[in-house]
Amino acid sequence: MPAEIYLNVAISGLLTGLVYGLMALGLSVIFGVVRVVNFAHGEMMTIAMYLAVALFASFKLDPLLMLLPIAGVLFLLGYAMQNWLITPFINRPEHAQFMLLIAVAIIMVNGLLIVFGPDAQNVQTSYSFDSFAIGPLIIDATKVYAGLAAIVVAAALFAFFKFSLTGKAIRACADNYTGALVVGLDVRRLYALTFGLGAACVGAAGAILVLIIDVTPPLGPAFTLLAFIIVIVGGLGSMPGALLGGVLIGVTEALAGLLFTPSAKSMFAFAILVLVLLFRPEGIMGKRAS
Amino acid sequence: MLKVEDLDVFYGDARALDGVSLDVPEGAIVAIVGANGAGKTSLIRTIAGMHKPARGRIALRGADIAGLPSFKVCNLGIGQVAEGRLVFPTLTVSENLEMGAMLPRARALQKQNMDRVLAMFPVLAERSGQAAGTLSGGEQQMLAIGRCLMGNPELVMFDEPSLGLAPAVVQAVLQTIRDLNRDGLTCVLVEQNVAVSLKLASRAYVLENGRITLSGSGAELLADDRVRKAYLGL
Ligand SMILES: Nc1ncnc2c1ncn2[C@@H]1O[C@H](COP(=O)(O)OP(=O)(O)O)[C@@H](O)[C@H]1O
Ligand SMILES: [Mg+2]
Repeated sequence: MPAEIYLNVAISGLLTGLVYGLMALGLSVIFGVVRVVNFAHGEMMTIAMYLAVALFASFKLDPLLMLLPIAGVLFLLGYAMQNWLITPFINRPEHAQFMLLIAVAIIMVNGLLIVFGPDAQNVQTSYSFDSFAIGPLIIDATKVYAGLAAIVVAAALFAFFKFSLTGKAIRACADNYTGALVVGLDVRRLYALTFGLGAACVGAAGAILVLIIDVTPPLGPAFTLLAFIIVIVGGLGSMPGALLGGVLIGVTEALAGLLFTPSAKSMFAFAILVLVLLFRPEGIMGKRAS
Repeated sequence: MLKVEDLDVFYGDARALDGVSLDVPEGAIVAIVGANGAGKTSLIRTIAGMHKPARGRIALRGADIAGLPSFKVCNLGIGQVAEGRLVFPTLTVSENLEMGAMLPRARALQKQNMDRVLAMFPVLAERSGQAAGTLSGGEQQMLAIGRCLMGNPELVMFDEPSLGLAPAVVQAVLQTIRDLNRDGLTCVLVEQNVAVSLKLASRAYVLENGRITLSGSGAELLADDRVRKAYLGL
């Protein structure tokens, strides 16, 4: 095979990986602040994907244009989940939280099955078959837009946490929970906002990803798992780590699909997880526990 | 200003406070002394709305505030300089101060309070862009006090503010409390350094195993044999 093919596939994997990274960023933000593992993460992404499919099928609305509204809907879903479902469980043992979120995930998968059925659905935009030729490289236009959209959303999130007062207050809660209570931050509201923001990330990722892959309800659990792998590879609690982990897994999966068979790609994602756990258990950008 | 009546607090089945009553008059420094584990921090945190009392009344200017969440209590003007300082280590010094001013009561006064805090602790201005976790213990205590003042409180509860600090810094912290009180701030002071806190206090309570066993003016307790024996080693 000519060398360009590897580069083409790697770039395509990188662009998809940015979207994976955005999805994982949501999981990482929620865990980093609220200390809750969102076991319904991938399922929430499939909800966003179906929203995009339905909006496209009914109104011919482009998923990239619908990215903000879909992220907004998922924000509300996440806010409500944290405020009315998870907060009442906050003082219960961890396995109770785990069961709660698994139950939510199962309800979501089956709800989607009831509403949309088991068949794969997708979105065919006018630019589905466009591509950019850069020298010998040929890159799908869709993936370029997808990667750029993921970067824009992630950058907006970083800016929010760095510069806005509410973003700083959320970081303060993550830094010192008791300290946040002491200064009079409304931690319950900030936790709900954080869960909402994490859900908005995964919602945006879903709206983007629907351009690249077909959606079926069972995709949810698979993507929950993928988000865990990415977050652990990138470093638990590190926001840049989640993006980097996404890119790494995206490129690995793409190259594995090319060199072996597409069905082997998860195996390689797991292999990376195992290597990271063996040699850098805190993750690529994670801080070593002191 | 603040009146606590018959407060019971539990952690699970373990009783931390047993029928605690106390009175904090406006403009006073009220000291609470007691051994480790007596329940001083539990008392402060319950007043602050961080624990729900099983029983009892906490009245601020006559209005019952027991059971309100902490952000509401803070917004009524009850601030806290917590045991262990509890600054936000990865936030910068100025971000830490901004967090103190998130209360609705303090938002409009942020600029003015910031100037006041930085004038009081110039070192915080020098280190404004530095992560709070990189400050020395004394600087962190100043930041904790400054952060609390950013919330524009009328009453501040200091929980062991001199714990783990060098003697010179301890003096500075106590002088700060004295100055704040002179400017009209009502203070509740929990201190390891019993002799000093009783000298500062107009009123003092001794807390033992979750109960108030003794109360009186600072001078009275300072002269009390039981206090001298148990807390002053005399
Ligand atoms: N979060 C907690 N959970 C269970 N027990 C606690 C907790 N905090 C304090 N206690 C217990 O309550 C009692 C009072 O503690 P505390 O209020 O910290 O005392 P002090 O501040 O006077 O040292 C102690 O016996 C302590 O072990
Ligand atoms: Mg204490």
